[in-house]
Amino acid sequence: MSLHVNTKPAAAQKTARPKPPSRIKHYLTIALILVLLWASSKQTEASLPELITGMPNMWDLLKEMFPPRWSYFDNIVHGMLETIRMALIGTTIGAILAIPVSLLCAANLTRYRWLYYPSRFLLNLVRTVPDLLLAAIFVSVFGLGPIPGILALTVFSVGLISKLTYELIETIDHGPLEALTAAGGNYTQKIIYGVVPQIQANFMSFVLYTFEINVRAAAVLGLVGAGGIGLYYEATLGFLEYDKTSVIILFTLAVVLVIDYASTKLRERLL
Amino acid sequence: MNNIIIQKPKKNPYRWLVYAALLAVYIWAFSGVPFTGIKETAGTIMKSILTGLFEPDWDYVYLPDGEDLLRGLLDTLAISVLGTIISAVVSFPFAIWAARNRSRFRTVSGSGKIVLSFVRTFPELVMALLFIKAVGPGSFAGVLALGIHSVGMLSKLYAEEIESIDRGPSEALLASGANRFQQLWFAVLPQVLPSFLSYTLYRFEINVRSATILGFIGAGGIGTPLIFALSTRHWDRVGIILLGIIVMITVIDLISGAIRRKLV
Repeated sequence: MSLHVNTKPAAAQKTARPKPPSRIKHYLTIALILVLLWASSKQTEASLPELITGMPNMWDLLKEMFPPRWSYFDNIVHGMLETIRMALIGTTIGAILAIPVSLLCAANLTRYRWLYYPSRFLLNLVRTVPDLLLAAIFVSVFGLGPIPGILALTVFSVGLISKLTYELIETIDHGPLEALTAAGGNYTQKIIYGVVPQIQANFMSFVLYTFEINVRAAAVLGLVGAGGIGLYYEATLGFLEYDKTSVIILFTLAVVLVIDYASTKLRERLL
Repeated sequence: MNNIIIQKPKKNPYRWLVYAALLAVYIWAFSGVPFTGIKETAGTIMKSILTGLFEPDWDYVYLPDGEDLLRGLLDTLAISVLGTIISAVVSFPFAIWAARNRSRFRTVSGSGKIVLSFVRTFPELVMALLFIKAVGPGSFAGVLALGIHSVGMLSKLYAEEIESIDRGPSEALLASGANRFQQLWFAVLPQVLPSFLSYTLYRFEINVRSATILGFIGAGGIGTPLIFALSTRHWDRVGIILLGIIVMITVIDLISGAIRRKLV
């Protein structure tokens, strides 16, 4: 019994075989990455020996962090509550301000190109500035305390929520809007009865998502003097009290994880 | 002709409770913040920062001897490039650990996911503070902080990508007697590589933003001259640094976005 699956002669099969795809692109990519790696490690003076000699320091640090000094907990509860307050207020004000901004940026509501293109451009510029940088500037303007932190989080929230919302508004169903126009609804009525019902669940979800990010951000804003629990890092690290630092880190992690979990569950219910 | 009356949708009977709770939360939040103690000079400083933005200190862009804007930005860029490459390499094994379809037991991938979410919530600035204690202040501490912190997010994205691949090639290789490494190399890697690169570029965009602020705590980059200019009230220098950061981030976002659109 002979099973001849290959009926074609060997030579014909050889010519029919497709050429493997060119690999030049892969090699170029790898070469580019290697060049970047070499150049940036030279620029940052990164060295493996330094890391290895630093390892025992690191290990000592970790050893000193444990066990955490739990008695320090009472001192930082106030800072933690301030962190949550800052995130809450910053997100709320940001969300309220984001509503008109996103209406202005949406191409299907703002018909004028000269109006929505510049608004989007400004929004993109605002979003390039990291929140901690904003906080550092606001601290030098308004002085130390939670106010500059709240302002920084507000600006950051406006940027993020507006961007997500205007992209959502551009995808809404135009039926209700046309029906409202036909029935003689004015601009405000079209927004309230035509746009809001379509986006409110998603909008709330964006706000909660921004709140999650803001809680994380607010936890480190104190490092530049903008209030919240971050103030305590420098206080404890400066005095080499690492067992207190670990309490701050663990407390922050716990609060962030709880808020993330609650917010994710809420968002799942919303959508 | 009968008119059909459409019933209004029923409202949640507990909604007033929700509103009351929200109101209580907001009263708690606003009552706890001291809305006083703003510096009287706030207005003039704001004005000088804005003037600084429009009349920046152009001389600072390039100084022949040492610390200037271009070198600061280059340092920032190098920190983010190196941090991203390190995290991409470290993320790969973590992703395989956390991917559900790469291990036989749920507990293995589950434990990987918990470790990753722990890394993700650990603030990178705090990580940078700890690395400064270990290797001393400078760019290298920033590189290590970014490299480790990014693993949390990158591995999660990588793992989700691995979970969504087509099982066909993997099974075909298994049937022809390939070992686990061969399956990984010939079936998994070709499928996930474009998305991996795209995610890495996305993380790179985030890392550039983070690297601009690492200098605030002494971990290298443009943040150090910025915080110095802020505290010595060189508003025109603050202006040029801010402009430099905004231009750099915008350009990098544009380039990286274009490459990502081509990749996926």
